[in-house]
Amino acid sequence: MTPLALLFLVLGLGLVAWFTARAKAGGFATPGAPRPHSRPNYHGWYVTLWAVIPALIFLAVWSGVQPGLVIDATLKSPAAAQLPPPGMERAAILSEVRGLAEGTIEAAFNPLSDTLLPAYKQARLHYGLIGAVLTVILAFAGGAYAFTRLKPDFRARNRVERVVMAVLLIASLIAILTTIGIVASLLFESLRFFAKVSPIEFLTGTVWSPQTAIRADQVGSSGAFGAVPLFWGTIFIGAIIAMIVAIPLGLMSAIYLTQYAKPSTRKWMKPILEILAGVPTVVYGYFAALTVAPALRSFAASIGIAGASSESALAAGLVMGVMIIPFVSSMADDSIAAVPQSMRDGSLAMGATMSETIKKVLVPAALPGVVGGVLLAVSRAIGETMIVVMAAGLAANLTANPFASVTTVTTQIVQLLTGDQEFDSAKTLAAFALGLVLFLVTLLLNIVALRVVKKYREAYE
Amino acid sequence: MNDDSFGRITGDPNAAPRLTTKMTARGVNVFYGEKQAIKDVSIDVTQEHVTAFIGPSGCGKSTFLRTLNRMNDTVASARVEGEITLDGENIYSSSMDVVQLRARVGMVFQKPNPFPKSIYENVAYGPRIHGLASSKATMDQVVEKSLRRAGLWDEVKDRLHDSGTALSGGQQQRLCIARAIAVDPEVILMDEPCSALDPIATAKIEELIHELRGRYAIVIVTHNMQQAARVSQRTAFFHLGTLVEYGDTSEIFTNPRETRTKDYITGRYG
Repeated sequence: MTPLALLFLVLGLGLVAWFTARAKAGGFATPGAPRPHSRPNYHGWYVTLWAVIPALIFLAVWSGVQPGLVIDATLKSPAAAQLPPPGMERAAILSEVRGLAEGTIEAAFNPLSDTLLPAYKQARLHYGLIGAVLTVILAFAGGAYAFTRLKPDFRARNRVERVVMAVLLIASLIAILTTIGIVASLLFESLRFFAKVSPIEFLTGTVWSPQTAIRADQVGSSGAFGAVPLFWGTIFIGAIIAMIVAIPLGLMSAIYLTQYAKPSTRKWMKPILEILAGVPTVVYGYFAALTVAPALRSFAASIGIAGASSESALAAGLVMGVMIIPFVSSMADDSIAAVPQSMRDGSLAMGATMSETIKKVLVPAALPGVVGGVLLAVSRAIGETMIVVMAAGLAANLTANPFASVTTVTTQIVQLLTGDQEFDSAKTLAAFALGLVLFLVTLLLNIVALRVVKKYREAYE
Repeated sequence: MNDDSFGRITGDPNAAPRLTTKMTARGVNVFYGEKQAIKDVSIDVTQEHVTAFIGPSGCGKSTFLRTLNRMNDTVASARVEGEITLDGENIYSSSMDVVQLRARVGMVFQKPNPFPKSIYENVAYGPRIHGLASSKATMDQVVEKSLRRAGLWDEVKDRLHDSGTALSGGQQQRLCIARAIAVDPEVILMDEPCSALDPIATAKIEELIHELRGRYAIVIVTHNMQQAARVSQRTAFFHLGTLVEYGDTSEIFTNPRETRTKDYITGRYG
């Protein structure tokens, strides 16, 4: 019996359990007797949960354990005596046997596989049956145990609610555990990188040239892993140029939308601004690479700036700034709207004009929220990949000329990890170290931003 | 001293101290969209008196107060008809600049609303935007004078640079009064200034109103009839958007002409 069929069987049993238990609990409400503690549905759910959850947990564990048991049994069969010693060849034969048994491959490459097949099939059937029988027994046992506990004063509701809470808790833990897993994988690969290249060189070196010779006789550089030009490129594009565009435009649009726009104008303007946040970044990338970058290059050439490249920090930064506008504007919008109306009235009643009120009261009062929004926007901008891959270039230049080509952390990660790679060279591992730095910086920015925003919210509550 | 129907002071001018009419309203209607909030209200506000607006919730007294310095302009759906004058000049005419009007007619709100700035900056806010103080020394004087008049100076003189929002509710409200005084207005409108305060803070504000009387024409909206009786010399009773009765406070509270006024004052409704 396949695990999928078993799963449906267990769920079917759960359904039966629900109706049976509900029917029993339905009889608890007799006239004259005290009212039962829980409504019949809760009794139904209680029994169903007992029937389904232990059985499914067992099924999951068994599905993990079973293949190992099957292989062990196969290896103990007489046919296994001819197998080569443990190693790659043996593993290949065993996986071929498995493929044959499950029908995912048509015929075996190694004749040994065919001789092992009957033993494997038998073992598989044997353990499959054990698993199925145990699962069904558990389902019945769980259901029966729960069923016997049903009484009018049994607190089925509280127990069901507790299970619901546990399910919700597990759901939220999964996201957290995934984050921890990501950090761990970054961390271990980075440690391997730092075993080859010193962290000091990585964090302070100014030459980035990750190409390394693979064979000893190959002509090629030995590689240089000074990441400062990458960090500079990232900051230059994401935190300087993009923010020069996004902060004023975002703030001004938020002020217009919250203070000056008529409700009817606001109704169509705000969603359109938010659509800007939903445009896939690769589309911004086209726009930056095909429209903005060439235009900037000809502009730079016409005013006589030497070294203008067709891939420039400015092109990527400008387009990224436009992409970030909705983030800044919606955070600023929220913070300005959260400043109490009485503050605005107070200022207007003093004879302040609308713009004085905005400049001297609303924006200062909303400032922490705006700063929080800007920090979140920066953290998003420096993690942004597509626009810079397409428009910023690959040359690791340490330059303040916005018309020159620069490269960023994310661009380099893409470069280092696309295509065929060996995962033991410093070149590939460098990508993880870069990823770790990026992760830590954005994490820090997010924590600071959220703290600032939270503090600000408290001030008005 | 007799009153005509507008509450205008008539009679023998020698018999009573001379009174100046500061603001007048004639046939004022206020609409919020389709809904009429104020119906044909005419009233005079005198320089020397504290005028109280009383009436049940939703009777339009706050709405009417806000027409006196055009704060209803900030509500998009509000529309004001009729004539309101300040020293004989129509405040709704196109030649009246709303910024200057509000500098002359200050306002204190129901809930203390100091800006999230220092105490000093709160008071200096108005003089700064109107360019009333040319130097730091003058500004210091203006701030001190305003805080003294608002009865707050002694409590805050050592911490002028602490945040205004860190003060107690009553102190915050007196700070708001100081802030309004700082631009040297002619009229001060108070919209239920004590409704968010405890009795002790309320008593301080009432005392302050007594002290400010005469220097500024004061109009106060209140829910509290004892307060109206304590602080005002003239009382206007509003009901369902109309001005039911307007006269000397002592008259209104002891011998109201209208049954509706009498019913409200004796607590039959409201």
